[in-house]
Amino acid sequence: MAVDLSTTIGRLTLPAPVLTASGCAAAGRELDPYFDITRIGAITTKSIMLEPRSGRPTPRMAETPSGMLNSIGLQGPGIDAFLEHDLPWLRQRGARAVVSIAGNDVHEFGRLARRLRGVEGVSAIEVNISCPNVANRGLVFACQMGSAAEVMAEVRRYADPTVPLLAKLSPDVTDIVEIAHAVVDAGADGLSMINTMLGMSIDPVTLRPHLGGRTGGLSGPAIRPVAVRAVYQVHAALPHVPIVGMGGIRSGRDALEFIAAGASAVSVGTVIFNDPSSPLRIQQELHDELAARGFTSLRDVIGIAHREG
Amino acid sequence: MTQFRARLAGNRAVGEYRHLVLVTSAEIGQVRPGHFATVAVGGRDSGMLLRRAFSIHRVSTKPSTGTAIELVIAAKGPGTQWLASQPEGTLIDVIAPLGRPFSLPKEPVPCVLVAGGYGAAPMIALAEELRSRGCRVDVVLGAATESRLFGVLDLKRIADSITVTTDDGSLGVRGMVSDVLPDVMRRADSAVVYACGPMGMLRAVSEIAARTGAIAQCAVEEAMACGVGVCMTCVLPVVGDDGRTRMVRSCTEGPVFRGDRVRWDAVGTVPADAVGAPRTGGH
Ligand SMILES: Cc1cc2nc3c(=O)[nH]c(=O)nc-3n(C[C@H](O)[C@H](O)[C@H](O)COP(=O)(O)OP(=O)(O)OC[C@H]3O[C@@H](n4cnc5c(N)ncnc54)[C@H](O)[C@@H]3O)c2cc1C
Ligand SMILES: Cc1cc2nc3c(=O)[nH]c(=O)nc-3n(C[C@H](O)[C@H](O)[C@H](O)COP(=O)(O)O)c2cc1C
Ligand code: FES
Repeated sequence: MAVDLSTTIGRLTLPAPVLTASGCAAAGRELDPYFDITRIGAITTKSIMLEPRSGRPTPRMAETPSGMLNSIGLQGPGIDAFLEHDLPWLRQRGARAVVSIAGNDVHEFGRLARRLRGVEGVSAIEVNISCPNVANRGLVFACQMGSAAEVMAEVRRYADPTVPLLAKLSPDVTDIVEIAHAVVDAGADGLSMINTMLGMSIDPVTLRPHLGGRTGGLSGPAIRPVAVRAVYQVHAALPHVPIVGMGGIRSGRDALEFIAAGASAVSVGTVIFNDPSSPLRIQQELHDELAARGFTSLRDVIGIAHREG
Repeated sequence: MTQFRARLAGNRAVGEYRHLVLVTSAEIGQVRPGHFATVAVGGRDSGMLLRRAFSIHRVSTKPSTGTAIELVIAAKGPGTQWLASQPEGTLIDVIAPLGRPFSLPKEPVPCVLVAGGYGAAPMIALAEELRSRGCRVDVVLGAATESRLFGVLDLKRIADSITVTTDDGSLGVRGMVSDVLPDVMRRADSAVVYACGPMGMLRAVSEIAARTGAIAQCAVEEAMACGVGVCMTCVLPVVGDDGRTRMVRSCTEGPVFRGDRVRWDAVGTVPADAVGAPRTGGH
């Protein structure tokens, strides 16, 4: 029997619950040869900044057990080129876009939100607060309640009120529930979690950090239990706030874990590098996992791990 | 760029390398010299998530068996060791063809092919293609030692001349390809240099080509996480038509670049004049 996979994030209803994770799908185009990108929930585009940005020196990646470290440094073309080339392509292709934005300071987030006002083809805005605040000694916005909330309030002020806002949370915090409360109070309609965890690897030959940027973000199945835990804790505290869960999702069964923990939708990131057709495959597997358990609707399973019995 | 499951139909040693034959019935489109393939390693639940990239050595299609893609691999780390140890019959997840291949000259001009180690893998098909266009083809092959040379006999058959160098002198001239290349180019009056090998070699080849006014076509080898253009790990500084330097993806805009466009001295860094480079006091 067919399972209803549709889901909602604030005002946004998606026909299917699997998205691509920001930074792992560019702006969708490169993945189109491998699967029909209109059939998944949405493409979350690479975090875009106001200006073009060249990123960090290479090497930018290191493979780690069941995962990888990356230090891309938010390389991208800047918002103007993004709005001119990338977003229109997604719209013409008929794919839904969650647009991820990143700023060097609070003000830049606001300007990005304003640039996206009235732009067609923006299903939601994901606010990547897991980046360094240049105005505050490079401390990551997402790691402090105050600056996380400040960014969210600024984006809320300038963004189109009909477009849902997702705050992308970092797991590198003492209490992720506290940060979640802060950004929701400041205007987030939903939460994307988790971003990568800070890590490092040392080159055994040179005995120096392997990555050009020295530290990098750890992603992939290695971080999945951390992500499931974070989703579970936040859903327990904020059961009405929709969560897009991510972190090492490789199969429909992995996706189901996140849904049960409380996610309304899931994103596939690093596993795309292993298998560029994986988002649609995982969506089909999730459908089959639900059907095999006799569920008729994805919505019935969201947060089921919190129920007694 | 097609993703498909291929059957490992051959896996034999060639010197220190393994020569793999991957057979598929999938329709993979036209493969040209310089295209590469990526392979998932370690099986379905592998802890090694990142695909390994290899130049496509040869492609042949037979109506009875399908398309055979041949790779030449050096078993270095765990992923390539896994691949090298797979028995015939194993099903392997392959994506091919990827990247931009070598540009071919419209006129039958003299060309020289320079390769280091397994960098010779794409050169045999390239030499055949150039010969069929009436180009003179000279070849320079180098490696640390004789067992790491690849394709010497094949290229001897196709090329007008071949010069071999080894670091230890076990075969041919003791030294590096860049030691003999200027002479070869002078004798052949080479107009285009095709190169595949380590970055240091590509840089030296580009400098030699620049001095003689020849065009250099270099296939680079940057660490790649995705191979399909979505992750931005594989970048290097390349000068565009507008004269500005950008950090460019070698998986989609390469792996073949014009030697005079790559900022070889700045590979591994983000030059201060690159588009979007960090400003002082910035990130
Ligand atoms: C376009 C291109 C063409 C190539 N052609 C060939 C070829 O024809 N034959 C051949 O033997 N090798 C080739 N290589 C190099 C080959 O991809 C690496 O040797 C291989 O990925 C190493 O994997 P590993 O498991 O042995 O090493 P590990 O050290 O376990 O690899 C860890 C990670 O680093 C990456 N990595 C490590 N070394 C390299 C490298 N030198 N280049 C790129 N990525 C690297 C791997 O992909 C992996 O993600 C090519 C690389 C590129 C980019
Ligand atoms: C190469 C790479 C680039 C990334 N770039 C971004 C980014 O630009 N913005 C962002 O919010 N997250 C970025 N991420 C984090 C992912 O979106 C995701 O949150 C994280 O990797 C966990 O999911 P995964 O294990 O499925 O990859 C990036 C991850 C990787 C591996
Ligand atoms: S390897 Fe991912 S963009 Fe080139």
